[in-house]
Amino acid sequence: MGDIAIRARHVSKIFGQSRVLDDVEFELRRGEVLCLAGENGCGKSTLIKIINGVYTPEEGVELSFGDETLSAISPIEARNRGIHVIWQDLALFPHLTVAENIVFDDYVAKPWRPISYKDALTQSREIIQQFGLDLDPMARVEDLSIAHRQLVAICRVLRAGASIIFMDEPTASLTYKEVQTLLGITRSLAAKGISIVLVSHRLVEVLEVCQRVTVLRNGKLVGTYPTEGMTQARLSTLMTGLELEFTPRAETHKGAPVLELKNLSREGEFENVSFTLHRGEILGLTGLLGAGRTEIAHTIFGMTQPTSGQLLKEGQPLTLNSNRDAVHHRIAYLSEDRLNLGLVQNQSINMNTAVTVLPRLEKPRFFLSPQRIKALTVHWIEQLKTKVSDAELAVSSLSGGNQQRIALAKWLATEPEVLILDCPTIGVDVGAKAGIFDIIRNLADQGMAIILISDEAGEIWMNADRALVLRDGRIYSEVIPAETTEEALEAIINA
Amino acid sequence: MNKRLNKQPSTAGLRLGGDTLEVAAMTALLIGSIGLFSLLAPGFLTATNFGSMSMQLPELGLLSLAMLLPIISGGLNLSVTFTANIAGLMTAWLVQGLLAGMGILSVPMAIIAGLAVGAAAGFLIGVIVAYVGAHPILVSLGAMIFLQGVGEFLTRGGGMSGMPEVFQTIGSGSFLGIPIPMLIFLAAAAGLIYIMHFTRTGFSIYMLGSNPRATEYSGINVKRVLITVYTISGILAGLAGMVMLARFNSVRVGHGESYLLITVLACFLAGANPFGGFGRVLPLVLGLMSLQVIASGMNLMGASQHLATAVWGAFLIIVMALRMPFIKQS
Repeated sequence: MGDIAIRARHVSKIFGQSRVLDDVEFELRRGEVLCLAGENGCGKSTLIKIINGVYTPEEGVELSFGDETLSAISPIEARNRGIHVIWQDLALFPHLTVAENIVFDDYVAKPWRPISYKDALTQSREIIQQFGLDLDPMARVEDLSIAHRQLVAICRVLRAGASIIFMDEPTASLTYKEVQTLLGITRSLAAKGISIVLVSHRLVEVLEVCQRVTVLRNGKLVGTYPTEGMTQARLSTLMTGLELEFTPRAETHKGAPVLELKNLSREGEFENVSFTLHRGEILGLTGLLGAGRTEIAHTIFGMTQPTSGQLLKEGQPLTLNSNRDAVHHRIAYLSEDRLNLGLVQNQSINMNTAVTVLPRLEKPRFFLSPQRIKALTVHWIEQLKTKVSDAELAVSSLSGGNQQRIALAKWLATEPEVLILDCPTIGVDVGAKAGIFDIIRNLADQGMAIILISDEAGEIWMNADRALVLRDGRIYSEVIPAETTEEALEAIINA
Repeated sequence: MNKRLNKQPSTAGLRLGGDTLEVAAMTALLIGSIGLFSLLAPGFLTATNFGSMSMQLPELGLLSLAMLLPIISGGLNLSVTFTANIAGLMTAWLVQGLLAGMGILSVPMAIIAGLAVGAAAGFLIGVIVAYVGAHPILVSLGAMIFLQGVGEFLTRGGGMSGMPEVFQTIGSGSFLGIPIPMLIFLAAAAGLIYIMHFTRTGFSIYMLGSNPRATEYSGINVKRVLITVYTISGILAGLAGMVMLARFNSVRVGHGESYLLITVLACFLAGANPFGGFGRVLPLVLGLMSLQVIASGMNLMGASQHLATAVWGAFLIIVMALRMPFIKQS
């Protein structure tokens, strides 16, 4: 500790007209776990790419590696100094075995040498044992879970002699347990003198494992802070420049019951789920991945049919043969998978907003007025304060937060009484998250009944009037956030 | 298409305003080819030549329209040419047999029956694509071979000829100086533009072509839309069959077979996305006109028809190569 692994000073980078990085300073100590935090587009990736030699920074930069100071670095020099980056997509070869992936760099370095599978096996076993990991070198990478693939990627850079590892959003698609394992490994690598930089959106984890956190905002350095004594709220403020409130919803807002589930079951997915949803209420539905959250939502939305039990809307039994029936009964569902299911990414913002209400827009029959579609989009863009330059552009041209607003708009256009939101802030920046929470709370204040599905305890704690915790397809406990702390809720979810 | 990022929100029609680039490119192509052959080919700029061009275009044109819809929906309909043949056979058979005694009334009835056969062929493909979930290429390939076999079995490899005079009137007559087949083609194209841009069916076809699952999650009946796509495709193919029947005064299974891949080429030339979701009628019509101009122009210059086909192929490659930078930018 204390020894400097890298110190970068006066790092700037200009792309075209925009200054992506502006005189940033970055320092990493030997054997330290450092967090690099900031919203999308704040310059985190650019900084990493400058340090590992992919981008050439503007003049005036000083890169020092303890003994020596350079004004630029090439990718090969960076590698020779033990700087490695594990990108979010991991860049592994899915059809090859774990061992082949780990020793792959040898194949690149010495392309003329015949490949020895035996050597690959022994060498990768050595690495796996040295760091006490749970990996089968004979397994094919495509058969592994994301968490295990991550371990393969780590082994690969360790084998290549990494002493400084940048990890880009390593926890993004892991379950709670897997995150804990990964963070444990990070700690033990640091104990062996390896410096680690974690880039993460999940603030709770960051505070838990890192010693210091470097915050960037709009290409500028906000500062580097010790994590001791740092709260999640303060870190959010540093990242966004906004004071965000971190309090549960003030009081419960229960109106008349709207939707009732009576012992609803679907074989292999969930069992005996019963609850009543009221007008103006935000009901949190939480639990670990695979606890049955999304499955229940799909059944309420008519995409799957229950095997037993009953669904009632305003006291009347409801049979839904498809999601069109659900939309007809004023039930809407925002998918957790915005990329593949929530929006048609290649098509225009106009089309994505209007797709749910075509029968209403096609009046008279067989005349779908383009003007009416545009008017609808303009209305919702204003309502939800969405940043859109041209609604004829593909929805994929928007940022995550603005995409999510369009996904919300398309369902709000159906004027739902029951709105199911499945992980509405996935892939959305901290600042934009707060905006989406505001929208959700406002909708509930206006009397909409909302089911908020999330695996982030904080999200549920801040927004839900009442939270149901699911485990293995059953309701395991009911929590009133206002009567407990976020940590207690987190503990119940992960118990 | 990068320029569109800075563009003001268009006030024109919804998607009609969007892909102005494709329309501009195809118009330039058409004007360019007309200009080139006016200079090179003697007799190109004559009424006779334009008359004969607009006589030849509608068959390929209608078949291309029949191909465009499945392509936008993310599929393909390989059975368009044989659907046209079977529809023609049905009409010819009814006119000469069952309805022969009914006089002039037999013709519209036989034509409606022929179009119904086309619709039925498309409907069946649509049902299989929607409910079995098999890839449209496989389903329509099967349908193509099936229809070919049935047609050859029924005609024993021969053809049927000798239609009533009304067919010749349709096939070689003209109205206001425009050949009737051309009018049929233009009317079909106009109808298709309307469906694609001003009905929820067209809207849904574009959405479905880009991402069927997300479209289904939005509450669109994807299966019904798919069936509609292939049914319309079948009707358009049937219409092509009628035009062929009228123009040649006969029908033979296999007639127009060589058009099949050219219809695919025309759709891609006009900017349809091979992966679905994008493609428009107007550029396709303009593109088809350019192809016809090239073929006729080269014919007037004394080149073989096969050479014209080769030029079409080279053309597609050139247009694709020119288009790539725009696709990469967007």
